[in-house]
Amino acid sequence: MIKTISGMDSVNTTVLGADEIILNMGPQHPSTHGVLRVKLKLDGERVAGSECIIGYLHRGVEKIAEHRSYQQFAPYVDRMDYVAAVSNGLGYCEAVEKLLGTEAPPRARVVRTILTELQRIASHLLWLGTHALDIGALTPVFYCFREREEILKIFEKYCGARLTTHAFRIGGLQYETYDGFEEDTKRFCNDFSKKIDEYETLLTENRIWVGRTKGVGILNAADAIALGVTGPVLRASGVKWDLRKAQPYAAYDQYEFDIPTRETGDTYDRYVVRMEEMRQSRRICLQAVENIPTGPIMARIGKVLKPPPGEVYHSIEAPKGELGYYIVSDGTTQPYRVRVRPPSFINLQAFDKMAKGSLIADVVAIIGTIDIVLGEVDR
Amino acid sequence: MTQRLKARFGDAFREASLDRKQAIVTIALEQLREISRYCRDEEKFDMLVDLTAVDWPKREKRFDVVLNLYSFAKNERLRLKAHAGETEPAPSVCEIWPAANWMERECYDMFGIVFEGHPNLTRILLPDEWQGHPLRKDYDILKQDTDWVRENLGIESGQ
Repeated sequence: MIKTISGMDSVNTTVLGADEIILNMGPQHPSTHGVLRVKLKLDGERVAGSECIIGYLHRGVEKIAEHRSYQQFAPYVDRMDYVAAVSNGLGYCEAVEKLLGTEAPPRARVVRTILTELQRIASHLLWLGTHALDIGALTPVFYCFREREEILKIFEKYCGARLTTHAFRIGGLQYETYDGFEEDTKRFCNDFSKKIDEYETLLTENRIWVGRTKGVGILNAADAIALGVTGPVLRASGVKWDLRKAQPYAAYDQYEFDIPTRETGDTYDRYVVRMEEMRQSRRICLQAVENIPTGPIMARIGKVLKPPPGEVYHSIEAPKGELGYYIVSDGTTQPYRVRVRPPSFINLQAFDKMAKGSLIADVVAIIGTIDIVLGEVDR
Repeated sequence: MTQRLKARFGDAFREASLDRKQAIVTIALEQLREISRYCRDEEKFDMLVDLTAVDWPKREKRFDVVLNLYSFAKNERLRLKAHAGETEPAPSVCEIWPAANWMERECYDMFGIVFEGHPNLTRILLPDEWQGHPLRKDYDILKQDTDWVRENLGIESGQ
């Protein structure tokens, strides 16, 4: 039985040039950040075409959502982008709040902002560690995880969980911030800028790093917009756009921060953008922690949520890109349809464009630089 | 903007509404490609944010193909909706926004909506040999679970 393998208009195994082979970077691979299968059509060591095969982590989250109530679905959301669970929770809770027509009280919004920015730093740290590890730099991963440990400790003190936090509730927060939350955050942020400088001394001017990442996986701005790419990948390609500034949510309109952008859109640019984003997140955290307003942390919405029939699309700037929730309600306690717009899924479409013409070693760098989490790609 | 759309595509335009302050325009399915091209070129909605579908089984045309668009220049969002019947093919917008490629494959995989003009319409999240389209409302996961447990384990499932 011959299964015709036709790919994303670039891998066509029925027509192979004389020197071309198909190489399978299988689902089990140390550098594919999860269960991602990439079929590479190679001409010597150059990639002539590629096809990403996903779905190994598909759990049917959108189908499950139709059988759970709105609050019951919230923990499922964390498990999609399990590296940055707090952002997923923020997007979902805000989407349902929009559907209900309420808003979280100011104190809840500010605490949400602080936790989400800490989560962005944690997600970027994990990205940096694993990306550097894939390319061959063995040291940064230990430093990055050391910093990430501090953030996870804060999360654990706050809500009891480090990774899949379920930190936010629909309508606000469940838990009041613990005694010492502000001190912990301030201490972390104050230490952190020295730490980023440390990572920069290891990598930014490093000849090997620059050689492995400059000019690799170039994606220009027009292609990025056409392919629906968002997040740091889009900003590194030259489009100065961040949902936190363009369509602010939570408490982002109260704080000052910059949007790092670069020109070329190669792997090195994406690295610089994410490093700078970590600094900006730290800046937001410090501003936010200075005056957290007092007041209630939960809006008055009752225990049983029955949003009026209709639909809403709400998106946030997750560490990976634009994470959107399209929720359709039919007036009952269970959503009629929950669609998650996964940034990693859509950013991964650009992989083929970025990888054409590069070497196999660059493929690993490109997969790392798009910053995908298979839980989100497959849901 | 709805005035311009109506003027341009009068017969394909079905209705426009605002739900929770978000603009939704319902159009006819056949004109999806032309209207998308118009939205991208003239109304400057250059990014296709999301393409998905919703299943309303009791309606005659059961699927709602939903496109979420975003304009960088105007910082505005728009939702385009079109009704599609069960076996009715929908025009693919891949050539207008290449982002639609995988999103349409996912719609096909989950709902069974065939997109005409798509370069490679195969299943993306589920294995290629999977039967059925999970996100349809008549795909009962609870029943599958109880049937499997009854058959293979001989007990009643606790779900």
